Amino acid sequence: MSTPMPDAAMLPLHKELLDRFQRGFPLSSTPYLDIARELGVEEADVLDALRFLQEASVISRIGPVFNHKRAGSSTLAAMSVPEDELDYVAELVNAYKEVNHNYAREHHYNLWFVVTASDDLHLKRTLNEISDVAGYPILNLPMEKAYHIDLSFKLDWS
Amino acid sequence: MSACSSTSDMESPNESPSFQASRIDRELIRLTQEGLPLCPHPYHKLGEQLGLSADEVMCRLQRMLDAGVIRRIAAVPNHYRLGYKFNGMTVWNVPDELISELGPRVGELRCVSHCYHRPRHLPHWPYNLFAMVHGRSQDEVDKHIQTIKDLLGEHNRGNEVLFSKRILKKTGLRLAAGG
Repeated sequence: MSTPMPDAAMLPLHKELLDRFQRGFPLSSTPYLDIARELGVEEADVLDALRFLQEASVISRIGPVFNHKRAGSSTLAAMSVPEDELDYVAELVNAYKEVNHNYAREHHYNLWFVVTASDDLHLKRTLNEISDVAGYPILNLPMEKAYHIDLSFKLDWS
Repeated sequence: MSACSSTSDMESPNESPSFQASRIDRELIRLTQEGLPLCPHPYHKLGEQLGLSADEVMCRLQRMLDAGVIRRIAAVPNHYRLGYKFNGMTVWNVPDELISELGPRVGELRCVSHCYHRPRHLPHWPYNLFAMVHGRSQDEVDKHIQTIKDLLGEHNRGNEVLFSKRILKKTGLRLAAGG
């Protein structure tokens, strides 16, 4: 993983963009100009700042964040895999285009991945197939309710 | 934007079935997963790639926002790069009859980025409340966990924290066509 970006390398405009636009990015024909006006800077400043943040991987992208649950059918799946097989099994799991996140975690259940499919049936089939191919049962933990939907994250600037 | 009308056939977020994204919606979703173009008219540019007007691109995005398919349009931060290298998936066993009261209180904590009710799988998995916490140090994460513990008090019937060891895959949403 990349090393942290020191706060000192970030300009006030960078921090302001991160604080203000983790949601509510304008849907208008000139979104960057709208942001610039709101922040009292030039459009080119906003574009430069966002380009910098993107190139430095401080933001992964600018764009819509989809609700996996409502864009199709999805679930969180966990598997318990012997440590020495973890990489091999992870590779099998990752090969599925329906798997978009996969984390190794320190636990008896050590492989945690999110599976998203176009509908419930496709999801079920995919889970069964992954379990068969990997050779381990899957703990299927679909979201029943979200208590924090927005996911904009307050950053503490030191 | 004025041409956009919110469709009224979208029920409340928790009741309605999955939004049926059209082929063009899917194409649009796929394109935006790479990020919006950094040019003065990004929606025009997306439209050009899809053979749509900028207005239609914005309308489609607005409709998906209204339907809850899109949660937000955002500059998506990379927590790792910002120094939030420690993330713990905290899982809690709380009484089912209290979860709808306790869940939102945990979810609104500053340190929690996601908070979900998920099913138990007894006897292997007794936990029904998931909360992701992030910190710049192990210490910070430990403090966050204690905050949740204090909040749940006697209703906490057991908890664990699963720290991430490695990210094995992380990609934007891919919608597979068909089922």
